[in-house]
Amino acid sequence: MPPSPFEQAVLPHLNAAYNLARWIMRNDDDAEDVVQDAYLRALRFFGGFRGDDARAWLLAIVRNTCYDFLRRHRPQELADTFDEEMHTVIDGSQTPETLLLRRADQLMVRQALEMLPLPWREVVILRDLEGLSYKQIADVAGIKIGTVMSRLARARARLQQLLASGATGEVAR
Amino acid sequence: MNCSDVRSLVHAHLDGELDLMRQVEIDDHVHQCQACRAIYDSQQMLQSALRADGMYFTAPPRLERRVRAAVHSAATPTRRWHVPLSPWFGVAAAAAAIVIVAVIARPIVSQRMGGDQIAQEVLSAHIRSLMASHLTDVPSSDQHTVKPWFAGKLDFSPPVVDLKDVGFALVGGRLDYVQNRPVAALAYRRGEHVINLFVWPSRSNADVPETFDGHQGYNAISWTRDHTTFWAVSDLNAAELREFVQLVQHRAGA
Repeated sequence: MPPSPFEQAVLPHLNAAYNLARWIMRNDDDAEDVVQDAYLRALRFFGGFRGDDARAWLLAIVRNTCYDFLRRHRPQELADTFDEEMHTVIDGSQTPETLLLRRADQLMVRQALEMLPLPWREVVILRDLEGLSYKQIADVAGIKIGTVMSRLARARARLQQLLASGATGEVAR
Repeated sequence: MNCSDVRSLVHAHLDGELDLMRQVEIDDHVHQCQACRAIYDSQQMLQSALRADGMYFTAPPRLERRVRAAVHSAATPTRRWHVPLSPWFGVAAAAAAIVIVAVIARPIVSQRMGGDQIAQEVLSAHIRSLMASHLTDVPSSDQHTVKPWFAGKLDFSPPVVDLKDVGFALVGGRLDYVQNRPVAALAYRRGEHVINLFVWPSRSNADVPETFDGHQGYNAISWTRDHTTFWAVSDLNAAELREFVQLVQHRAGA
């Protein structure tokens, strides 16, 4: 049986789907469950898909499925009302942390990224790991392009801070 | 541009989201200003750390098997869909559907009843023809070989034109099946791209002007004239497909 148009269009993006789900869910089993559910949802909605960007379309479904799962099983992770302003890191106060970052190994980068609040983490995943444009990220996450930009800036500043303190901590020990 | 302008645009610059002029302005500034350069460099280093291979989670092979199996069983109409979700999944799904359709799908309004379903069928037939290496039953670039081949196999005689002199080479014809009836499929090549032109008698007397449809990276143009319906499908870009359609119409008198 030849692959259906659905399989042709959507199955090639399995890695993208899993990567996003894994970073949002932060464990393998939940990420796999979510991806399977997301594909079943995508199959149901595929008749209405008229765009040319199957990856972004699928990622939006994966993201929604993740959020539904979190709402049902780990509501506390979404309960922390996310306040853009409260989490603001003022860009002007950034200090060059080139040297410190150089010490950061991959495990530290991974841990730092996992520690970011979800609304920041997901834009970094979509931009830096998945390579989506600001416009695509805005579509997937259902936010404005301006919000994509400010969240990315804040997320990256926070990552720099986390890595710098981690690296300093290592030096202190 | 001053330091604070530059710092607020560092991310957009690194992400390739700025126009060329501002990009150059920032490059110039960063070149001269040590403080800004340090910020730029550290962000760039962070980006490459994030983009390293080890950061990306690749789907395990068992997940691919699982997803394929789930999709297959869900697509089989005799079985109920296995959707282990809460009662208000329907609400969430409906909301998700609205968001997806409104935000991402950029719906193309079909101009005819049933056009969507035909589009899907024709696209599937096009993809099948490429996948099963069964593009042609009668491989020939000669329209005088291809056209008679359909005689006795179809209850109508499709117009067959060669367009090699204008960049669309006829590679042959085959029988296909669309809308529960056998149809003529003519295959053309433009460089690496294959165009399938599906032809069948229209059930209505009305002519229908060209309608454009974009699906999953494929483009389709359909029209009906003189009781004959045509569908041209290809991964070719829309402009070249339109050119192809105009040439077919001109030469076939369709």
